Parts: sequence; C-alpha cells; structure tokens
Amino acid sequence: MTDVAKRKDVAPAPLEWEYAPAPEARDIVRFEERYGLFVAGEHVDPKSGQWFATTSPASEEQLAEVALAGAEDVDLAVGAAREAYENGWSGLRPSERAKYLFRIARILQERSRELAVAESLDGGKPIKESRDVDLPLAAAHFFYYAGWADKLEYAFPNRRPRPLGVAGQIIPWNFPLLMLAWKIAPALAAGNTVVLKPAETTPLTALLFTDVCRQAELPPGVVNIITGDGSTGAHLVKHPDVNKIAFTGSTEVGKAIQRELAGTGTHLTLELGGKAANIVFDDCALDQAIEGIVNGIYFNQGHVCCAGSRLLVQESIYEPLVSKLKRRLTTLRVGDPLDKNTDVGAINSKAQLERIREFVASGTEEGAEIYQPPCRLPEKGYWFVPTVFTNVAQSSRIAQEEIFGPVLSVLTFRTPEEAVEKANNTAYGLSAGVWTEKGSRILWMTERLRAGVVWANTFNRFDPTSPFGGYKESGFGREGGRHGLEAYLTFD
Amino acid sequence: MATTLTSMAVAPALPGGFELPLEPRLPRIGSVDAVALEARAGELAKRSIKKESKLQALVLAVRMMDLTTLEGADTPGKVAALCSKAIRPDPVDRTVPSVAAVCIYPNLVPTARDRLRGAGVKVASVATAFPSGQAPTALKVAEVRDVVEMGADEVDMVIDRGAFLSGRYAKVYDEICQVKDACGAAHLKVILETGELGTYDNVRRASLLAMAAGADFIKTSTGKVSPAATLPVTLCMLEAIRDVYDETGRIIGMKPAGGIRTAKQAIQYLCVLHETLGTDWMTPDLFRFGASSLLNDVLMQIRKQKTGAYQSLDYFTID
Amino acid sequence: MARLPVRKTYKLYIGGAFPRSESGRTYEAEGQNVARASRKDVRDAVKAARGAFAGWAGATAYNRGQVLYRLAEMMETRADDLAAVCSGRKEVEAAVDRVVWYAGWADKLAQVLGSSNPVAGPYFNFTVPEPTGVVAIVAPDEPALDGLVARVAPALAGGNAVVVVASQTYPLAAVELAEALATSDVPGGVVNVLTGLRDELAPVLAGHMDVNAIDLTGADGSTTELERLAADNVKRVVRSHDAQSPWEIASFLELKTVWHPVGA
Repeated sequence: MTDVAKRKDVAPAPLEWEYAPAPEARDIVRFEERYGLFVAGEHVDPKSGQWFATTSPASEEQLAEVALAGAEDVDLAVGAAREAYENGWSGLRPSERAKYLFRIARILQERSRELAVAESLDGGKPIKESRDVDLPLAAAHFFYYAGWADKLEYAFPNRRPRPLGVAGQIIPWNFPLLMLAWKIAPALAAGNTVVLKPAETTPLTALLFTDVCRQAELPPGVVNIITGDGSTGAHLVKHPDVNKIAFTGSTEVGKAIQRELAGTGTHLTLELGGKAANIVFDDCALDQAIEGIVNGIYFNQGHVCCAGSRLLVQESIYEPLVSKLKRRLTTLRVGDPLDKNTDVGAINSKAQLERIREFVASGTEEGAEIYQPPCRLPEKGYWFVPTVFTNVAQSSRIAQEEIFGPVLSVLTFRTPEEAVEKANNTAYGLSAGVWTEKGSRILWMTERLRAGVVWANTFNRFDPTSPFGGYKESGFGREGGRHGLEAYLTFD
Repeated sequence: MATTLTSMAVAPALPGGFELPLEPRLPRIGSVDAVALEARAGELAKRSIKKESKLQALVLAVRMMDLTTLEGADTPGKVAALCSKAIRPDPVDRTVPSVAAVCIYPNLVPTARDRLRGAGVKVASVATAFPSGQAPTALKVAEVRDVVEMGADEVDMVIDRGAFLSGRYAKVYDEICQVKDACGAAHLKVILETGELGTYDNVRRASLLAMAAGADFIKTSTGKVSPAATLPVTLCMLEAIRDVYDETGRIIGMKPAGGIRTAKQAIQYLCVLHETLGTDWMTPDLFRFGASSLLNDVLMQIRKQKTGAYQSLDYFTID
Repeated sequence: MARLPVRKTYKLYIGGAFPRSESGRTYEAEGQNVARASRKDVRDAVKAARGAFAGWAGATAYNRGQVLYRLAEMMETRADDLAAVCSGRKEVEAAVDRVVWYAGWADKLAQVLGSSNPVAGPYFNFTVPEPTGVVAIVAPDEPALDGLVARVAPALAGGNAVVVVASQTYPLAAVELAEALATSDVPGGVVNVLTGLRDELAPVLAGHMDVNAIDLTGADGSTTELERLAADNVKRVVRSHDAQSPWEIASFLELKTVWHPVGA
C-alpha cells in the first residue's frame, strides 16, 4: 500500500472512523422476576416446585426465573389443551378461528420492538436481526396461516381435512419466537390446540407471547406454554393424549423422539440439523456471492440449521474468492446484541461455546488452515470470532458434523458433477446454495441436490409461503406454505 | 502528468461493434446481482451513526463536498456568492472547514478561479458537451483544453453514452484517453451517467473501462437525469475500484452526484465507502459528494450535534 | 331546540380524492343529492386506476393481504354508518368477514392457481397467475354493500385496480365504502367509485380501450350491448359463479407460463 501511504503525507490524513455505540433502548421491555407455566389461560406455579434462571449470554446477567415443568405439569397442560379442543376450539367456525390468528399477527406487529429487544437479550442475537428478520417473519407466519383457517378445503382438493387434536411442540433456541410462530400458527389454523415447550435457554419471548394471547382474547387452553428442560420435552413426547409431536432441534434428539413414538400412531414431524453446501461457480456475481457466503454462515452467529457451513468453491475462482472473503470478515462487527450496528452477536450458551471451541480445535488438529479476523471480544459473555477453515478434507469432522457456530469450512470442486457429488455426500439434506449467473445450471443443480431448500444466488431467505424442511437425517415434514398445513391435519 | 496508457489511446474501431482492447489488463468484468447488491447497500444504510462518530462524519462530508451550480442561468454574481459559501460554509461557526471544490460550467471558471485563489478550494469544471456528451470528439477535447487553460484544477467529463449503449466501447475509451491527455495536471473525473446505463452490469463495465482509460475519479451522474446517485450504484462502483486496486495497485476516487440532499444520506454513503474500501479512502482526495442543497442540511446537523437543538434554514445562508 | 347536524355531501371517489362530477350534475337517490358522474369522470377514473395499477400489482402479495385486512378494520369501525345505508348490521358483518376472507387469499393464490408443469423435455416450466389490470365493476342493486364487496374484494385480492359503477338506486353504500377505503392503506386510484346513471356510465366503461375486464354480475336486464362493446379490445367479460371462492379471484387473473432449459 505504498501509494496510499505516500498520499497520507501529502493530503490531510484519511479519517479513522470508529462507530460510536448505538444501543437500542432496553427499557421498552419489562421482565417479571419470575414466570409460571401458562396453562388454561393462567400463569401457574409448577407442581414440580422447581425453577431455573434464564440469563443473557452477552452479559451473563440473570433476566428472570422460569418454571421447570415436571410430568404432572405436562399432564395438566395437555389436559387443558384437550379440554379447549373438545369444548370450544374445534367447534368454532373456521372464519372465527382465523380472526383470532389475524389479531395475534397484528399484535405482534404492534409490540414488535419490545419483543425484538427481549429476543436479543435472552438469546444473544443482534437487535438488527430480531428487529428486521425474526419479528416481521413471526407476524407474517400468523398472518399467512390465519388466512388458511377457513380455506382448508382448497388446500387439499378431494380430501376432507380435520384437525388432529392436541399438538405437542418442542422448539430450539436459535429463533425462539419465530420457531414458536412456525409451530403455533399452522397448528391453530388447522383447528388444533397446542402445548409448546420453548428451549431451556430462551423461554422469555414465548412467555411474553402468552400476553399477546391474552390481548387477542384467545380462549384459554388453546395455547399452553410449559418451560423446562430436556426432561420436560421427554414427558411431552411420551404423553398418551398428544395426537401429534412437532420437534425442531438436533438430529440426535430427533432420532430419540422417533424411537420413542414408534408404534404409538402419534403423528410426527422433525426439523433437524444440517451441513449445507454453499456451491460457488466461477461465473458467479462475485461480490454478491461473498455476501451470500457471509450471510450463510455468520447470520445469527451460525446458529442456523440450514447454515451454509460448507463452502464449495470452484477451483478456478478459489484465490480471488477466498481473499475477498477474508477481507470481508474484517468488517464484521461482533459485540453487544443490543447495539444496532452489531452484525454478529453472542453465542447462545456456555455449553454451545464449548462445543464450538472443541470443533475448531479438531479442525486444526485434522490439518485444516484456520483464519480469524482481528477482533476485540467483550470481557463477559459467550463470544466466538467468525472463523474460516481452508484446506479442509471432506472426511474431517468440521466437514461432516454440524458445528452450529460461526465457523466455515472451505472445500473445492472442478465440475458441476463433482459439486453435486460432494454436496450430497452427507447424512444431512436440509439446504444448499448455488451461485452462478447461468440459469440452466441453477436448474440443473437444483434438480440434483438432495436438499429440501435450495437457494440460488441468495441464502437464508424465509417466507411463510415457502415450504421448509429436510431430506434424509435433516428430518421430514415441511413448515410453511400450503404444504405446512398437512402435518396438523388428518384426512378421510 | 502523462498516463502510462497513452500508447493505447487509439484503439481500432472495428465495424459491427464490440471490441474491448484491454481484456487482459482488466479485472474480471463478471456480473452483478441486482437483488443482492441492493440488499447489501440497504444493510449498510441501516448503520446507526451517533455522537462523536456522527460529528466526525458530518465534518468530513463538508470537506468532501463539490459545491455545485450547473444552470443555464448561472452568472458571475451567482458563482461568486457560491465561492464565498464554499470557503466559509457556516456564517457563525468558523470551525466548520471549507468544502473540497466548486463545480461549475466552463464560462464561469475565470470567476471561480479569481474568487477561490489561495483559499484551498479547488475549481472543478464540467466539460465535453456536458451533460449529453453528444458532440464531435474534437470539440469536446478542445473544450477540456480551454477550461484547463482558464484555471480549472479538476475536469468532470461525461462519457459518450450513445456509443457505450450501442457497443462501441473503443470509442468511449479513446475519448477518455484523449480527454485525460488534454487535462495535463488537472484531475479527471469521468461521469458514467449511471441513470442511463440501465443495469448494474453496465455500470461495472463502464467503471472498469473509465479506470482503464485513465480516470482519476469515477462519478455517477450529471445530476440532470433521474435516477442520479443511489447507494447500490455507488456500492457497485466502489467494488469496481476495489478490484482495480487489487489487480493493478492503482488508486482511484469516486464521486456520487445528484439526489443526495440530506445529511442522513451523506452518512449512509460514508458507511458504504468505509465498509467497502476502508479508512484509506475516507478523504476528500478520494471521495467527493456532488451536491448543492446537501451542504445546508449537513451544517444544520453539525449545529444540532453541537447545541442539541433542531435547526431552521433561517439561520443558514443560501450562498 | 334539537341541534342541527352537518350533513354529508356524497361525492365521487377518484384517485384517492373525493371530487364532484366534472359535469356539476347530481341526481336524487335515497333522499340525498348524489354526484351524477359523466363520461369524463369515467375517463378520469380509468386513468387513475391505470396509474395506480403498477404499484398495486407490484406490491408483495403479503402487503396486499395486509392492506385488505386493514380495509376490514376500517369497515368494522364504521359498522353503524354502513348499516344505515344497507339492509343492516348483519349485512355489514358479512361484508367485513368477506373482506377478511379475501384478504387471506392474496398470498395463497399462486399456490392454488399456479403450478410447476412437468413438460416432456429438459425444461423447467411454471405457471403463475397475474392480475389482468383495470377492472370495471357494475355493482348490484342489492345487497347494496355486500353485493359490491363480493365483486370488489376478489378483484383487489388478485392485484387489480377497479372502477365501480355504483348501484343507481342505492348508491350510498358504495360511497361509505369509498370512505372506508380512503382511510385504509389502499393506495389512491386502486379503487374508484362513480355514482350516477348506469345507462350513462356502463357503456362508456364497456367500450373503454384501456379497461381489461368488465364484471357484469350486478347488471340486470339485457347486457348484450355491453358485451358487444367489450369486444372492441377483447375485454374479459366476467360474471360471478360462487358466492365466495378463489375462482372468483381467478376470473380477474391472467396466467403466465415460463420455460427455461435445465443443463450444466
């Protein structure tokens, strides 16, 4: 950079520009000290007598105490859901059901800022994301499915759709409120009632949602929220009066649930892990592909089941792409989730941080080359610097296993056939990305990729109208779209 | 300063269209995905710049401004007043610096040169049959020689869009080379008129072509056509500048012009610049705003940052 | 002495504003002086609709759905005013629920009416529905509110811009509806309401070369002449078949099929 250095002496020096902190006001949300379980429209103390703390992963401060639902609590919740189903919800005119859901959608829009701040505090994701992605999509899901409630006969021509009854729903910590919307909206639209268990580390937006239900005047028992840990989820899965289980989480737990439900006739959908290949051809729109790669793995700190965690680069463009990618990483801002300029927030929990560290250590151990941009991390809280591994072997752990963190593994390919082969060479099959300016190649690749969602020249795009779900060990069933209704209905 | 590329100044114009003599010397032309480009620009526009960082940006924006008047009705009196404003933008706050340059039509260059003598503000003149560029090359080059002789420090030329859009890239290239030659010591800004180019692919292609031909700055617009400067177009051009720098080491500046009226917008442009080209380009040497009404809005924001109160135009001069 | 109320003036609704007829005429209906639109008002209304169409058709389906839901919100708020100019509260509630029903279709049409088609060759082929453009609607006399809503809502949900010839005998419901539209987020020009004499207005719309479809559900008596005029620019002539269904929306839509080769 000698030319530029020379200029520095001649002209007034260029501005070294540091963005000042730009914190979102936190006082818009007020947490109770303690939250009971939400059963039959009331907040109740757990029969288990147990409580646990939920903390902010950015500051490690305690935000509130929540109940740990035990077997008896789960039973009461399912009973409340059953009661509401039999005496009210299922008999309600579908157009009336729709109007409850429209109300919820509108209230989510009205209280969007408050819920976004709560989401960032409890889970660690940047306010920019909870404000601009999570909340708008959550409201949109309710809006979309509200419209289906009284139109089911058009969604399934020549079939007579009826609700299943009580749905048990278990959701993860990476998009807490959005995952709640993905589960509750179609279930209710189809005429079911629900018992939903939020993730252990992120219960707060689900609990605030109970207030949205109150404002919408949703009949008691239609939605029940039971906080807890893995044992709570297990009780829910095992409960004999639940007609359907919907689970989003790790493949390991998904398999356990599937085993548990064998022979019971309980309907099941699973949305599990992934190790998506993000495939970049040499004729891509290069700078935009870089943005897509970055978005694919660093959006939401990489805590995304469909994250583009394997970058497959065509060898002919490897050098310029990797060099641009590394440079782009230096402009990622890691820090306080409530700062409006933060791009990458906190890792959700200490446990997750340990897992990520372990994987990264294995990466270097197995011979891959690590790159991390210079980054000053805060003292308290759980943080990981966005990381890229090059020189990765297809067989290495960081190429095979889901890390669920801001860690990208880069591999190369020469031809489209080879790209397809490498992309499909995994037990997972949730998503994939294709970057090329050639239309026919996009379609050729999408035909061959064994993945439930394929993004071409974009990544991590979600919409309530667009069905989402995996092939193979990434799960079965689809959420979103007309197809997303199927899981919550039975047909004659 | 002679360009090392003068030997390429005359490229053969083959019948039937497209020839680009500098393929091997250019970075990969490639494509630009419009949706992703606009999304990235949108993300950068969301940056929240506050307190000290906001004041720094506002003051820099003043220093980066090419204060512009390009009207048929411009007179020496109008330009003289503009020059005074350029030297001392804020009538009350003397710590507000001068702008970078005054940008005017050729006939007004002598007035501007006289008023700005010794003040540290440059005289930038448009030339080459601005804004249309639809005149014989010889006339356009002669105009450049004239304005340089009259004392312009900088020349803002327009490319021949008619030639570009009909695929005669060599002709566009040749003209820029000849204009660059006629500029002598004056700096050359090449206006692409992005609002007429139709696609970001074309903007990228025109940017690379202009830089290959010797531009010191590439500039979005004449301000006479809508749309003028936009954040995505600016991002596209900055990415082209970055690629040229990576491949050749040449440092080229950028100027968005037209349609930038508010301080908020100016700060968004600085975010795009900062996160694409980095600190080294955060200087009036390498980035300018082509604007007229922007200045007062920036001055009002500076005063608001310093005093805490929202401002009124009553307290700032028009020129 | 009882307080003297300030009476409403019943005007046209064109381009989001409430002008009087350019002809200055009114006629008496339901005990009120109601604007009597002229052919020039028709011309202006079509122009407004055409100008507003691109923005409305280009909005996301989600946005259109939300805007229609807000129309329902505004109608619900005005329920008493609307009830006074139609058969009553029950009709208003049915009309509001109908708007909500159609609002929920906006972002589902492509999924039910469109398709990906398995052609016998290496091509990706898909069909998408698109709004036809400017739709003229001849409103039924009864039910004065719900009858009109049953035609306007499906046309709007599909992304079209609309010019309504209100019922000649019972025009006030249409004007009240226009007021609800004006306070919802429906962009100006997307719906235009012309009150006046049907025999003066309908033929002008039927023969207008910049109107893409004409709905004759509400036109009683012989419509042969209107159908003949419609042929001048091959207008789609639409009539209702079901009370309420996505096929009512489909009547106001075109279908576009796209091919693209599949190859490495």
